[in-house]
Amino acid sequence: MEKMSRVTTALSGSALTGRTMHCHLDAPANAISVCRDAAQVVVAGRSIFKIYAIEEEQFVEKLNLRVGRKPSLNLSCADVVWHQMDENLLATAATNGVVVTWNLGRPSRNKQDQLFTEHKRTVNKVCFHPTEAHVLLSGSQDGFMKCFDLRRKDSVSTFSGQSESVRDVQFSIRDYFTFASTFENGNVQLWDIRRPDRCERMFTAHNGPVFCCDWHPEDRGWLATGGRDKMVKVWDMTTHRAKEMHCVQTIASVARVKWRPECRHHLATCSMMVDHNIYVWDVRRPFVPAAMFEEHRDVTTGIAWRHPHDPSFLLSGSKDSTLCQHLFRDASQPVERANPEGLCYGLFGDLAFAAKESLVATESGRKPYGGDRRHPIFFKRKLDPAEPFSGLASSALSVFETELGGGSMSWFVDTAERYALAGRPLAELCDHNAKVARELGRNQVAQTWTMLRIIYCSPGLVPSTNLNHSMGKGSSCGLPLMNSFNLKDMGPGLGSETRLDRSKGDTRSDTVLLDSSATLITNEDNEETEGSDVPADYLLGDVEGEEDELYPLDPEHVHPEEPEYVLPQEAFPLRHEIVDTPSGPEHLQDKADSPHVSGSEADTASLVPVDSSFSLLSVSHALYDNRLPPDFFSVLVRDMLRFYAEQGDVQMAVSVLIVLGERVRKDIDEQTQEHWYTSYIDLLQRFCLWNVSNEVVKLSTSRSISCLNQASTTLHVNCSHCKRPMSSRGWVCDRCHRCASMCAVCHHVVKGLFVWCQGCSHGGHLQHIMKWLEGSSQCPAGCGHLCEYS
Amino acid sequence: MRLAAAANEAYAASLAVSELLGCRQCGGARGQDEELGIRIPRPLGHGPSRFIPEKEILQVGSEDAQMHALFADSFAALGRLDNITLVMVFHPQYLESFLKTQHYLLQMDGPLPLHYRHYIGIMAAARHQCSYLVNLHVNDFLHVGGDPKWLNGLENAPQKLQNLGELNKVLAHRPWLITKEHIEGLLKAEEHSWSLAELVHAVVLLTHYHSLASFTFGCGISPEIHCDGGHTFRPPSVSNYCLCDITNGNHSVDEVQINSAGNISVSDSFFEVEALMEKMRQLQACRDEEEASQEEMASRFEMEKRESMFVFSSDDDEVTPTRDVSRHFEDTSYGYKDFSRHGMHVPTFRVQDYCWEDHGYSLVNRLYPDVGQLIDEKFHIAYNLTYNTMAMHKDVDTSMLRRAIWNYIHCMFGIRYDDYDYGEINQLLDRSFKVYIKTVVCTPEKVTKRMYDSFWRQFKHSEKVHVNLLLIEARMQAELLYALRAITRYMT
Repeated sequence: MEKMSRVTTALSGSALTGRTMHCHLDAPANAISVCRDAAQVVVAGRSIFKIYAIEEEQFVEKLNLRVGRKPSLNLSCADVVWHQMDENLLATAATNGVVVTWNLGRPSRNKQDQLFTEHKRTVNKVCFHPTEAHVLLSGSQDGFMKCFDLRRKDSVSTFSGQSESVRDVQFSIRDYFTFASTFENGNVQLWDIRRPDRCERMFTAHNGPVFCCDWHPEDRGWLATGGRDKMVKVWDMTTHRAKEMHCVQTIASVARVKWRPECRHHLATCSMMVDHNIYVWDVRRPFVPAAMFEEHRDVTTGIAWRHPHDPSFLLSGSKDSTLCQHLFRDASQPVERANPEGLCYGLFGDLAFAAKESLVATESGRKPYGGDRRHPIFFKRKLDPAEPFSGLASSALSVFETELGGGSMSWFVDTAERYALAGRPLAELCDHNAKVARELGRNQVAQTWTMLRIIYCSPGLVPSTNLNHSMGKGSSCGLPLMNSFNLKDMGPGLGSETRLDRSKGDTRSDTVLLDSSATLITNEDNEETEGSDVPADYLLGDVEGEEDELYPLDPEHVHPEEPEYVLPQEAFPLRHEIVDTPSGPEHLQDKADSPHVSGSEADTASLVPVDSSFSLLSVSHALYDNRLPPDFFSVLVRDMLRFYAEQGDVQMAVSVLIVLGERVRKDIDEQTQEHWYTSYIDLLQRFCLWNVSNEVVKLSTSRSISCLNQASTTLHVNCSHCKRPMSSRGWVCDRCHRCASMCAVCHHVVKGLFVWCQGCSHGGHLQHIMKWLEGSSQCPAGCGHLCEYS
Repeated sequence: MRLAAAANEAYAASLAVSELLGCRQCGGARGQDEELGIRIPRPLGHGPSRFIPEKEILQVGSEDAQMHALFADSFAALGRLDNITLVMVFHPQYLESFLKTQHYLLQMDGPLPLHYRHYIGIMAAARHQCSYLVNLHVNDFLHVGGDPKWLNGLENAPQKLQNLGELNKVLAHRPWLITKEHIEGLLKAEEHSWSLAELVHAVVLLTHYHSLASFTFGCGISPEIHCDGGHTFRPPSVSNYCLCDITNGNHSVDEVQINSAGNISVSDSFFEVEALMEKMRQLQACRDEEEASQEEMASRFEMEKRESMFVFSSDDDEVTPTRDVSRHFEDTSYGYKDFSRHGMHVPTFRVQDYCWEDHGYSLVNRLYPDVGQLIDEKFHIAYNLTYNTMAMHKDVDTSMLRRAIWNYIHCMFGIRYDDYDYGEINQLLDRSFKVYIKTVVCTPEKVTKRMYDSFWRQFKHSEKVHVNLLLIEARMQAELLYALRAITRYMT
């Protein structure tokens, strides 16, 4: 910034001063242009044509050029330009195809000078010659450019682009005779003003219309163009063929581009649609704008640097009917908000990390992740004196090697493959997953699964296998110390609460849980505390002796409005085992309709985790089974999921989410769920666990996730005769005009599912082949092969 | 004869298009009184179009390589070679772009599920009671797994689609009334809300099918053989009537020769062409000299706009919506209304402030990638298509005529080009032509063969199809401009 202020003061004559300010116009602006003295600006639009003086603190309207009683289309301006040699001379391009010149020196109120009505269509752009006083150039929708000598009544010469509409014309600042024109079809042409018969050079610059161009004020032959394809390109015209020097990708079509004075690589752009901001780019840094002006509320239609030698003042007009002066030092700089850090994993698990040098230096004392094998390599870029981002340019790159086996994720892969997510009763799923986790030595996870089962499946749901060896331990255990501690903490508060209105049962239980979960956060092995909540809360009720009123919610009626997802208390028939039903929710639905097993039978079963070291959990489950609705724990479960996700074990979070389904989903907001799903799926795909990832996508209830499987479902096939890809359709080849895939049974073209034998490569409609092979084992094509269908 | 036909018609109606199994089964069901029990459907009508004699239309099998590829493409994409394709193939260059766009809209990646796309197509076509398109898309809709219940009416479709009904209605008949409130209502409807991308997809589909309905009626496309009204089971000797005459036209074959405007003989119509060319030459010549004042220009536009409302055809027989199509939309009374009626003051839409090339394209391409490009190409091809011929004359620059047609349609929608002298329209387009344009664009269901025949009588059929292409593209662009402008306003 200091550098800039120096530039400002270094200006010859009076230095410009001012502040960021704006003024309201009466109508949307289409274009603006600045007077040579940098003290006045002209704004033109469909129904506005005014000159404003730029003062220190504000814009002051100086002159309204829109005079006359009847609004004429000649005054409906698409573009305006102020002569850079003559302060009194202006030109406008009208939407009806008229080019008008204005002489501010005229004594009358109407300053209109000359009218050229040669163009048949809208004139998109007018441009004065930078040094010649009387030469005006115009480019129109009708595809012609015309050069006018203001001392004559008609055009001096007409240039035909031989293609579509002209969108912009600009005289070269350095070459006296040259001008550039841009076209709707993506071309840029270079013309010599003396040779109207044909253009000097033509090249395709953009895909789609080129809306604007600007010659570099200093670098001879540099031309910036902006197009509908959202790109700004900088071309070097001095070479034999126009060479693309830089390319900046913006987020919307580029309506105007203007080089920034005194800054060789800077240019300002604004867009035609959607995006209202003005950006200043350093063309060498095409991804992050150097500065951004966010004042306008509608699209910016005109931008102009206030003075040809002052880089800090930018003027802009907009469709939101405001005229703005932007000060460069007030611009927001996206660079500052960006994180100049990069992180990347190598093929063998090495981790590279690049950050600002200053950041790394302060952390150098810290012990890096991965142990002692750290090889920080520092790169220092050679600083270019002209480089504006020297502060950011020096960065440090550290590479960390992973310990052998340390970063191994085999547990992740194993878990992912072995977890059961659906297709069985909840209790079995939990047990299965607990077993998997335990076998992998992840006791905490295993314990969590066990507890989930306890919470969401009533005692009667313990599978028989589990019953066998947990029977003995029974409900004999007393409360461990920890529980009594909890009880002590919470007892009094709750005691008083119970005397309050009974109908508040729900909120009260929430507070209980919050308290108890608060205690467990500090605990590293949280399963003990978590587990202890159950008995503690229950015990409390016991002490009061009115547990039925305390927790009046009957588990069976928790969700009367969505019965299909509620697990009935004792719903699962224990006798028969369910083998692999297609998907979770459907299955649950079935179960809900099945006859209930009597509660008394369920009561006899006690819920004891297999792992004996945690047998304390088994405390008197039988006692509480009818009183605590699974809902009661949802807050706790939610916190648990969050905890896992934050620990980085998103696998656990997603697995639980899927297994529990409807029970917890409503407690966690969609976005978080989606986030977990996407991260888990991403991880799975990195480990090439395609099947698992597909299963997860399929089981997910989040719409945006499940539609992942709907996208890019195209399958490309090649012709079986000529091996050419069959691009347009799957069953007939463009080249050899033969139908590629005929059904061996019905001899019709197969358009849908095609199944074929890998032995003889005959095949056909899935249904047909299946049917055929039911009756015969020979290939339907008659080749004699014994096909198998499995 | 008419009675019998009507009975047949009623039967077809009861046998709703939603019946999956279609004609063969219906033939089987009714076949008991037949000796063999099998009825063979026979095509009704005379070729793909009722307006164009079959011999004028390209026969499948005699096409050149380019057309063949197009047919193959069309067949592959849709599984059929429909009559629209057969008529459009007069202009293969356009057809290619058209098919590509349609294929992308209906079958390629996009924010809307497939059955929604077809359902929106049905909704749009039903606004113009275009049973041809409705039938086609009912089949497609069921084919991609749509719920047959939805076909019983819009109220059976999901709330989300019902919400679209209002936009469909306004867009089809009075697009200038679309405001950002419409858009907001769709985007902020709790769980039934549309996303911006979905909305743009839906808008493109709606406009596409509105204008395609115009084409269908404008060229008198005959029903497909497998659809209702496209076939008969009568033995050929009996079937000399055309169902379409009853459903749609109020003309008979002998009416054709009579011109609505009077009795202009064939030689007169020859002079029509000459006169038109002479006018074009004059306009070309005097353009540079005579300069109309601004007020003059403005009033010419207003006049054209106002006048366009009187050019309705005199035969305003009430066309009652036939059979089951009507159930797809509620308010049948809501039709095209002209600007100045009911004291509506709609500000003129200035194309210089919001045009397709600069604004519409960017918005569509941002929200529904690639489609902007496809539609843009289609507009370009339609606008620039020329063979430099006019009737029997060759090497004619028709750009002026094409521009007049294009701008006349936009003028009917209130879209004004600052740089156009609307006086030219009056010079170049005669009344019967204006009646035809107006009817095709605004109330396509009222187009009759007489209208088709009475304009440009010396011109070839391919040229009349060309006119239709201009009409539908201009209409689509006009509707799109209004809808997209509303979306833009909503976004800012």
